[in-house]
Amino acid sequence: MVTARANDLIDPSLHIWTWEVAMYLFLGGLTAGIMVFAAIMALRRDDDATPFSSTQLALLAPIVLSLGMTTLFLDLEHKLYVFRFYTAFQIASPMSWGAWILLLIYPVSILQILSTIRRGYPVATPYVDRWSMTSALVNWCEKHRRQIALVAIPSAMALGIYTGILLSAFSARPFWNSGVLGPLFLVSGLSTAAALVALISSKKSEKELFTRIDLAIIMAEIALVGLFVVNLATGSAQQIEALGSIMGGTYTVVFWVLFVGFGLIIPLLFEMLEMRGMLKSLAMVAPVLVLLGGYTLRQVMLDAGQESSWTNYPTQYNAELLDRLETRN
Amino acid sequence: MTRYAMVIDTRTCIGCGDCVVACKTENKVPEGLNRDWIVEATKGTYPHLTTEFRSERCNHCSNPTCVTLCPTGASHLWKKTNIVLVDADKCTGCKACIAACPYDARLVMHPDGYIDKCTFCHHRVEQGLDPACVSSCPTRCMHFGSLDDPGSQVSQLLKTRQYKVLNPETGNEPNVYYLI
Repeated sequence: MVTARANDLIDPSLHIWTWEVAMYLFLGGLTAGIMVFAAIMALRRDDDATPFSSTQLALLAPIVLSLGMTTLFLDLEHKLYVFRFYTAFQIASPMSWGAWILLLIYPVSILQILSTIRRGYPVATPYVDRWSMTSALVNWCEKHRRQIALVAIPSAMALGIYTGILLSAFSARPFWNSGVLGPLFLVSGLSTAAALVALISSKKSEKELFTRIDLAIIMAEIALVGLFVVNLATGSAQQIEALGSIMGGTYTVVFWVLFVGFGLIIPLLFEMLEMRGMLKSLAMVAPVLVLLGGYTLRQVMLDAGQESSWTNYPTQYNAELLDRLETRN
Repeated sequence: MTRYAMVIDTRTCIGCGDCVVACKTENKVPEGLNRDWIVEATKGTYPHLTTEFRSERCNHCSNPTCVTLCPTGASHLWKKTNIVLVDADKCTGCKACIAACPYDARLVMHPDGYIDKCTFCHHRVEQGLDPACVSSCPTRCMHFGSLDDPGSQVSQLLKTRQYKVLNPETGNEPNVYYLI
């Protein structure tokens, strides 16, 4: 029995980050996926076959990212000092890398949007052409669409992977301390973006293409989830103990049923059936589940990770023992 | 780097909590919060029980992960020592350092939104004094000093007594030692 700090302001089970951060991690990953697919479609140069992803999708990136950054801002406790992220660069802190990556993403994303704005959003064309400067800028972007796409892919990948590395760098939280987390979050981001295209696009062949892409990515994601579990299961005592939270512990149902079941396996089966021409009327279900699954992954990782710890006073403290003492006295 | 250490004798500590009160008074720690605390660990099965009292706080690690992971440089080492401080003017309240501490020693969120923590009373150390907790201890079980000086009380105690640090396998190289 260990009686510890007996003050929930000092020693609760760690719960510093709530839905705001999970939402940011999800929307950040989604943004990365959106930019990657918009860039790949720009490189394919077949705008007619995939009108939405080639010319319209890119516009969603800064909108989704701004929503994510808003929730992230809500989480800060010392909000007026947010500018401090940009008065320093801490090379060993993934969070500092992330702050600067976010700053890089905006201009890249805007160039990406401008390179297809006339095609994707004809309604905006007169506004763009009203001033010679914007018109010239859009002309330049259209001409360099390929180069912009080639810059957008690594920038977006950096955004997608850093959210996972951010958590895995916390050696003090055994549940996060796995190198698989970066790739897992990146792949999940790509998967949610593919699902978003399959959901929004109005062209049948484009929907099918992205359903097929999503199918492959979900398989990769399932493999990474497996590797993550193996990684922790074969790790240190702390990691094995941390894994317990999804192997019979508090987060077992959320992780395996909500995330793996409803977020990966069921959409995978639906998409497989759709590929064979079945369940066409339920085509919306799989992408919606993938998007919800993407959020669930971030939330369950965030929650289970924060609870995992080296010190673990709460688990050693057993209130029942105290009760027994009192009754004896 | 000057390495300051705290050496606490678990055999003479009686868990009275004076160190906690002294810290709150000295540092005007806001109501409801503490920068140090007492752990009472009882092991064994009745009647074969052993109890250990530990006055715990930030370990002022030589390799502090809270400083490494801070995105703004708010968490920093004071004047090339191992004393870990937080600069409130640089702190965004992102809470990365709280998650980064394997000892969960930084769960002190100041009501104004920045992270508050044990400072080893660096303002007293600067004047050649011991931290408030050490100087108030009624059983004199707490000792403070530099490990670089082989003649210091802390160096001598670690040379002559058996000791442990908490979870050395974190790799953080903590500097609060417990004599056992």
